[in-house]
Amino acid sequence: MKKQPAEWQLLLYIAGQTPKSIKALSNIKKYAEIHLEGKYSIEIIDLLESPQLAEGDQILAVPTLVRRFPEPIRKIIGDLSNEERVLVGLNIKPIK
Amino acid sequence: MRKIKPSKPQDEKFTFPKTPTGVEGLDEITEGGFPKGRPTLICGGAGCGKTLLSMQFLIKGITDFEEHGVFMSFEEPSKDLSLNVKSLGFDLDKLKSEKKLVVDYVRVERSEIEETGEYDLEGLFIRLNHAIDSVNAKRVVLDTIESLFAGLDNQAILRAELRRLFHWLKEKGVTAIITGERGEATLTRQGLEEYVSDCVIILDHRVIEQVSTRRLRIIKYRGSTHGTNEYPFLIDEDGISVLPITSLKLDNEVSSELVSTGVPGLDAMFVGGGFYRGSNILISGTAGTAKTTIAAYFANEQCKRNEKTVFFAFEESPQQLIRNMKSIGIDLEKHINKGLLQIHASRPSLNGLELHLLTLRKLIKDFRPTTVILDPISNLITVGNENEVRSMLIRLIDMLKANNITALFTSLNKQTDNFRPDLAEESVSSLVDTWITVRDMEGIGERNRGIFIIKSRGMGHSNQVREFVINSKGIELLDVEFGPEGILTGAARKSNQLQRTVKAMKLQSDLDRKDREIDRKRKVLEANIAALKNEFESVVEELGILKATEDLHSKIMLENTPKTKKK
Repeated sequence: MKKQPAEWQLLLYIAGQTPKSIKALSNIKKYAEIHLEGKYSIEIIDLLESPQLAEGDQILAVPTLVRRFPEPIRKIIGDLSNEERVLVGLNIKPIK
Repeated sequence: MRKIKPSKPQDEKFTFPKTPTGVEGLDEITEGGFPKGRPTLICGGAGCGKTLLSMQFLIKGITDFEEHGVFMSFEEPSKDLSLNVKSLGFDLDKLKSEKKLVVDYVRVERSEIEETGEYDLEGLFIRLNHAIDSVNAKRVVLDTIESLFAGLDNQAILRAELRRLFHWLKEKGVTAIITGERGEATLTRQGLEEYVSDCVIILDHRVIEQVSTRRLRIIKYRGSTHGTNEYPFLIDEDGISVLPITSLKLDNEVSSELVSTGVPGLDAMFVGGGFYRGSNILISGTAGTAKTTIAAYFANEQCKRNEKTVFFAFEESPQQLIRNMKSIGIDLEKHINKGLLQIHASRPSLNGLELHLLTLRKLIKDFRPTTVILDPISNLITVGNENEVRSMLIRLIDMLKANNITALFTSLNKQTDNFRPDLAEESVSSLVDTWITVRDMEGIGERNRGIFIIKSRGMGHSNQVREFVINSKGIELLDVEFGPEGILTGAARKSNQLQRTVKAMKLQSDLDRKDREIDRKRKVLEANIAALKNEFESVVEELGILKATEDLHSKIMLENTPKTKKK
């Protein structure tokens, strides 16, 4: 809905509105607002609704955050409660 | 009043619901297959056939039992899998396009994944669920689930989720196979799967004296009895087949029909006049005692009667066998051309004992022979130890008996003084029905062959050791020749025969002489009788003359007397 494809394309796979997925969503939104303001998009895929999508990104665990772009694909599983690890995982922040 | 539940009739025994595996022999051991609607663990080391067994379970389920399947692979991409099992004649792509099979490859790449905080494996569950529902699967394989442990860090979550997965599979009502790598002290690396599975099967691949044998054992099976032994199994172009050692019961039908031994004279040593059909015959003997020849005779005889025969030669090539037998007047080639005889020549060490057994099994299925010859079984000892050979032979004999096949084995034994059977013989001697021994009989500078029957179940037999000779016309059993110290063979037989002839001639001439003497005496007697008769006759004659003279005299006297008185 925004302009062209965003610089950071993030996908969050969840399985229903579980506490973990709600937490994960709020966490990633928070970090993205701080670090990637205006250059990101988050798509939420509920596997309960579209289970066939799980195969494409090799989703095993939920919640899983997938960085589609920039490449390479990175995956972060869990409720994303550790900000440091999420940022390192997404390669937003270099490893200290 | 209390209602009394009608008790179930006794014959309506409860049988544990099972899913047939379609793997030859495995259903026998598990008494029907894997537990229906429950997870089964198959574990074992690398290359022991876990993936293949589970794949066969799925595919047989589709082709033989109309049960669709899901294969979730954690190790091999589905393309590789398709290719790997194609060589076994399984066409995964076709089944996939027919919507009977789903192959899902789950890739867990540690480098791509970062973990932070709580998570669960719902994604995997959803995927599996989706796959199961999309083809309405009844069978599921997860190969090898512990790859997850390599890809993910949080062991606690994984263990809990794995446990949940097993329960979920049960609830879903699918018959599942989970494969696992063998751990060091436990059956699986995580030591978890074996406790949550309802059935655990361990596969093993062992090399003993450079010959590999695969084995399978059921460790646990909740709610059912099962075979507990280790069972050898094979992987060949038809996939896996398990060979139960002891599942066969001794209740095969018996025939009292007789088959000829083919050796002239040997039939007569049995009261019945041959072997029973479907019995096992062992011919043992030292080297060069014509075991193979007797076997070939038997084969020849069966082929002549239009019985299909398979000859397993572990020492000679078919061509050599044919040539050698031709030299004693047996034409095996003719039977081969007619399609009655098959000669299978292979070195025993070519493959393990089990594969030999399997070859035989296949041949029996395809060729349907009524006679099988193994020449010699003692060579198999080189492949396995005594126990293995024995167990293989037991299974072989059971199999042959079940198919009512007459089997003849030859066995080479060492020449020993006390003449006790050695290894190969010992391992089968109690199993066989008829045991014939051919042996060398050495003495006075020559070697002769003797044949005798050690046992013959259910049939009286001769107790004699018969000498036999082989010449260009074949085997000939010679008549028994007794000497002062038992039976005689070879030159002793000849000299004895000669002596007997001489004796007989002498006796005859003695008799003749006596005859002549009597003749002469008779002639003398007759001459005497004639002389006496003559004498007697002359006396009688003399007496007659005297009497006549006397009569005449008195007559004359009588005529003259009255005249003188009157005067």
